[in-house]
Amino acid sequence: MIEFVLNGRGRRVRVPPMKRLLDVLREDCSLPGTKEGCGEGECGACSVLLDGRTVCSCLVPVVQVRGARVVTVEGLDRGGRPSALQRAFIDLGAAQCGICTPGMLVTAAELLRHARGRVPSEEEVREALAGNLCRCTGYQKIVDAVRAAARGASRDGAAGTSGARAPGRSRAGTARAKRSRTARTKRSRRRG
Amino acid sequence: MKAFAYVNATSERDAVAALKFDGIALPLAGGQDLLARMKDYIDTPERVVNVKNALDRTAAPTSGGGWRIGASMKIVDLLEHADIGKMYPAIIAAATDIGTPQIRHQGTVGGNLNQRPRCWYFRNEEFVCYKKGGSRCFAVNGENQYHAIFGNDGPSHIVHPSSLAVPFVAYGATFRVIGSKGEREVAAAEYFTMPDDELLTHVMLPAPGNVKTGHYEVRYKASHDWPLAFTTVVLAMNGGIVQSGRVVLGAVAPVPWRSKPAEDALAGKPLNEATAAAAAEAAVSEAKPMSGNAYKVPIARTAVKRAILNAAGIKTV
Repeated sequence: MIEFVLNGRGRRVRVPPMKRLLDVLREDCSLPGTKEGCGEGECGACSVLLDGRTVCSCLVPVVQVRGARVVTVEGLDRGGRPSALQRAFIDLGAAQCGICTPGMLVTAAELLRHARGRVPSEEEVREALAGNLCRCTGYQKIVDAVRAAARGASRDGAAGTSGARAPGRSRAGTARAKRSRTARTKRSRRRG
Repeated sequence: MKAFAYVNATSERDAVAALKFDGIALPLAGGQDLLARMKDYIDTPERVVNVKNALDRTAAPTSGGGWRIGASMKIVDLLEHADIGKMYPAIIAAATDIGTPQIRHQGTVGGNLNQRPRCWYFRNEEFVCYKKGGSRCFAVNGENQYHAIFGNDGPSHIVHPSSLAVPFVAYGATFRVIGSKGEREVAAAEYFTMPDDELLTHVMLPAPGNVKTGHYEVRYKASHDWPLAFTTVVLAMNGGIVQSGRVVLGAVAPVPWRSKPAEDALAGKPLNEATAAAAAEAAVSEAKPMSGNAYKVPIARTAVKRAILNAAGIKTV
């Protein structure tokens, strides 16, 4: 019997010790959000957070997560609604075929948590996502979505409210920024 | 993957005992290399011994003013270690671009040093090459564009895959190993040609003293790749003059390649661009490229030159 904390809740599984964490999540924990790509640690599709850090779950025998905290893409939502990061991926078209998306979201979530409200540079986002391959998007929209989510988070943090845009903080100019602003406005309406 | 038995060792002694096995037993740490090899049938151990819990995961200062790093320390923890970063900046420079964030989060120092070659013949189960107990190196008459340009007189032409091995040799580290005959310390440079019947437990770094260090890597891609060639230099200084130094090249030879000609070219010289260029030229004077990798010679020369300029505080592109 192996016990660990999965998406904030205690979980016990009775599986062979060397079964891949990836398979345990998908088959024994009914969480198929985590995807298998290469199965060899090269593509990052199966990324999950292990004690707060992204790892390739295809290269982690489940015995090594005993007592650890595991967060999968299913654990990123906010009370059943998409997080700001997930919303940005949807709004900016950062997902196409979808196989890399769960791993991208998990890795980006770790980056944003470490950034603590600061908007990471494009270079930082690319470096953080270096272990997550995407064959569809060409990455630009993914990078844009991560930074848009960070801008939303940092503004929320600075202004203390979710929708208000403090004067003088405008980053207007590009169509991209306008699109993400519209997205945020829509989001706050839905929430309101 | 072939079926195997799993043993979770909880002490160094346990690990040594479990690895002494009448059959194939292999140690598992981060698993970033071993598990991929097992999936590809490159290795088919009958017993896998988890040593991650048996070996030290931390770094601690030594009485001589240096540091000892546990083999189970994760690469990310090494990267975030402020004291090691201050005292041994080239180690951090080398660790920064290992693999991907995911690999650095799970991979260990011991695993990085002991990973198997990345040669495409080695990684293909169809090729029983010299490194897998066969009698030949298929790179000689095959595709060898990423293979060795130094040390090609031996039977194998792989390049050593470890990024950390190079700065460890450059800082004059010793490795603590344990085996059935007990423990001992060996010079880092000797470790990579030893028979692998002992288990690496610690990397012992001496106090660096009054040195200037530089590190430079040449890569196709900014990340998620192995460098084409890289160099660490650790130079003992006497004012502005290089007293003595270690110049170690990576990704160019079957072992971390210490360049005596480059070190001789540096000794007694002022640390400037002319010295760097002369030492780099000396370093590649002993290169013996294969049929498809002569292009790596000027790349290695550039890596040496820029590592020295980096140590001198002269900006390179």
